[in-house]
Amino acid sequence: MKIVVCIKQVPDTTEVKLDPKTGTLIREGIPSIINPDDKAGIEAALRIKEETGANVTVLSMGPPQADAALREALAMGVDEAILLTDRAFGGADTWATSSTLAAALKKIPYDLVITGRQAIDGDTAQVGPQIAEHLGIPQVSYVSELHVKDGYVAARRDFEDRYHLIKVACPCLVTALAELNKPRYMSVGGIMDAYRDRQVTVWTLADIQDTVDPANLGLKGSPTKVKKSFTKAAKGSGEKFSVGADEAVTIIMEKLRGKNLI
Amino acid sequence: MDFQLSKEHEMLQKMYRDFTENEVKPFAEEVDEEEQFPVETVKKLARYGFLGIPFPKEYGGQGADHLAYAMAVEELSKACATTAVIVSAHTSLCASPIYMFGSEEQKQKYLPPLNRGEMLGAFGLTEPGAGTDAGGQQTMAVLVDDHYILNGTKFFITNAGYADVYIIIAMTDKSVGTRGCSAFIVEKDFPGFSVGKKEKKLGIKGSSTCELILEDCIVPKENLLGREGEGFKIAMRTLDGGRVGIAAQALGIGQGAVDETVKYVKERKQFNKRISQFQNTQFQLADMQTRVEASRLLVYRAACGEDCKQPFAHLAAMAKLYASETASDVTRRAVQLFGGYGYTREYPVERMMRDAKITEIYEGTSEVQRMVIAAWMKIN
Repeated sequence: MKIVVCIKQVPDTTEVKLDPKTGTLIREGIPSIINPDDKAGIEAALRIKEETGANVTVLSMGPPQADAALREALAMGVDEAILLTDRAFGGADTWATSSTLAAALKKIPYDLVITGRQAIDGDTAQVGPQIAEHLGIPQVSYVSELHVKDGYVAARRDFEDRYHLIKVACPCLVTALAELNKPRYMSVGGIMDAYRDRQVTVWTLADIQDTVDPANLGLKGSPTKVKKSFTKAAKGSGEKFSVGADEAVTIIMEKLRGKNLI
Repeated sequence: MDFQLSKEHEMLQKMYRDFTENEVKPFAEEVDEEEQFPVETVKKLARYGFLGIPFPKEYGGQGADHLAYAMAVEELSKACATTAVIVSAHTSLCASPIYMFGSEEQKQKYLPPLNRGEMLGAFGLTEPGAGTDAGGQQTMAVLVDDHYILNGTKFFITNAGYADVYIIIAMTDKSVGTRGCSAFIVEKDFPGFSVGKKEKKLGIKGSSTCELILEDCIVPKENLLGREGEGFKIAMRTLDGGRVGIAAQALGIGQGAVDETVKYVKERKQFNKRISQFQNTQFQLADMQTRVEASRLLVYRAACGEDCKQPFAHLAAMAKLYASETASDVTRRAVQLFGGYGYTREYPVERMMRDAKITEIYEGTSEVQRMVIAAWMKIN
C-alpha cells in the first residue's frame, strides 16, 4: 500500500499577528511547526505502515524553509519526502494550492492520500477536499478514526453532534483531525538520518507542468481576493460589579439598551 | 569560531524539549515526592533513542555525538534531574567504557541492548572507604580457571537495582596500588551479585542509589574489560566523560530554575507591582542567566572537545565545577525570589535546589575537579 500525506509548515501559534499595513502574516520570530492536523495524518500513516508495511511519502508545497517540516517527517519515520517549491507557486490560495498538490499527486502512486483537516494559520479546511475533487477520488473529511483493510479504508467522520462510520474503496483521500491520535516524537537516530543520510526531493514547476494548467498556479491562479485582513484589537478590561442578581439584571439591561442592542 | 548549532542539533533540541515538556515534566513532582524510579519514562526514553545517543548505529546507537547527548541531559534536567541522571549514568558510565575499552565481542554483546534501552547500565567504583580516594579499593577479583571471583561492597551506585549491567572496578593485584585495579562487566544475574541497602537522599529522590554486594560473585573471564591492571585508567577516563553528563545535568537544573522564576516574578504582585518590576529581581535574574549561559558554553565546549578527540579531561572538570556550583547558587536564589512559596513543595524550585547539590558531589566533588584542573595547569 502507498500512502501520501500532504503537510503544511505553519507558524507555531494560533495567535498569528498581521502586519496592519500589508495585511500579511508576521512570521518573524515565530518558530515553524508541522500543522497539528497534518502531523496526526503522518502518525496515522506511520501506524498503517507498522501494521501493513505500507510505504509513506510526505508532500508539501511551500518556500524552501519548509524543508525543516519534511525532515521532521523523515525523522518520525516516513519513507520519502517531496517539497514542491517554485516562485510560480507563491501567493497561492486554496484553489491554486490544491491544484499544485494534485498535479504532483498525479505523478506519485498512491492508494490513500491523507491531509490535515485544516491549517492553524488559515483554517479554511478546503485544500484536502479540493485535492480529492481534482483527482476524482472519494473523500472522507474530519476523520477521527482510521483503519485500512483489503483495499478499503474504514473511517469515522466527526460532526458537531454525530459521527458517521464510512467504508470507502481505495484510492481515496481522508482529512485528519488532530484528535485522530497522539503523534510520536522524532527519534534521535531519525533526526541524524534525516539530515545526514536522507534527501528531500525538490520539485519545481518544471516537474509538474504536464499535469497542471499553469493558469491554476500561484497568485495568478488564485480566484480568492482578500479584501481586508486585520488583527483583532485587544479588548479593554471589562467593568466589574459586585451586586445582587436583581441589580445585575438592571445593569445589564441598561448596558444593552445603551448600545442599542435591545 | 561558530557558535551556531547545526540543523540536526537544533532539531534534536526541539524534540528533547517537546518530549521533556509532555513526558517528563508532568511526573517530576511525583517522582520526587514518592521517591519513585520512573520506570515508564525510561521505556519512553528508550523508544526515542535517549539511551544510546553518542554511539554508532552498528552497535544499536543513534549515531549522534556527545554534544547531542549533553543537550539531551540538559533538557531533561530542566524538568527532572532524576530522569536525567538515569540517562547520564547509563550512557557515560556503562555503555561508554564498553564502547571505548571493550573487545569486539563485548561490544556486540552488550552495546546493542544497552543502546536500545533493553538493558540499563550502571557503574561501581565507590566503596564505603574509597570515595574521592578511589585508589583505596577493597573489592578483590581473583582469577580461578575461566572466571574471576569478586568479593566486596560498592556504595552509592546510581541505577542500582534497575540496571542489568554494571561496570565494576576491583583489585586483581593489591600489591601495585591503582595499577592493580581491573574493570569487569557484571550482569545482575551473575551468581553472588546482589543489591543492598537503598539510600535515602536529599535530592534526585527518584534515582535509585544502592549498595552492591559481591559475595563470591562469579564473572566469566571474557567479561574483564580491557586488560588486568587497566581498571583505574578505565575508571578515570569513564569519569571524564561522565562529568560532561553531570555538568549538563547541573546546567539544565540551573536553566530550569531560571525559567520557573522568570514565569513566577511576572505573575507575583507585591506593593501593587509585579515583582519583575523591581530592579533587585531583574538584576538577580540577569546574574543567574549569565552564570547559566557561561555554564552552557563550558559544557558544550567540553562535549565538543570529546567529540573532536581532543584532551578534554580539564574541560569536563571545569564544566562540572562551574555548572554545578552555578546550579546550587541559582536554585538557592530562585527559592529566595519565590519567597515563602519557594520554600513549599507547591513550586518546583525547592526540589531543584535539593537536586542541584548532588552535582557538586557525585562523579568527583568540586574539590576533585579543582585537583584535575590544577594538575592540567601543572601546579604542584
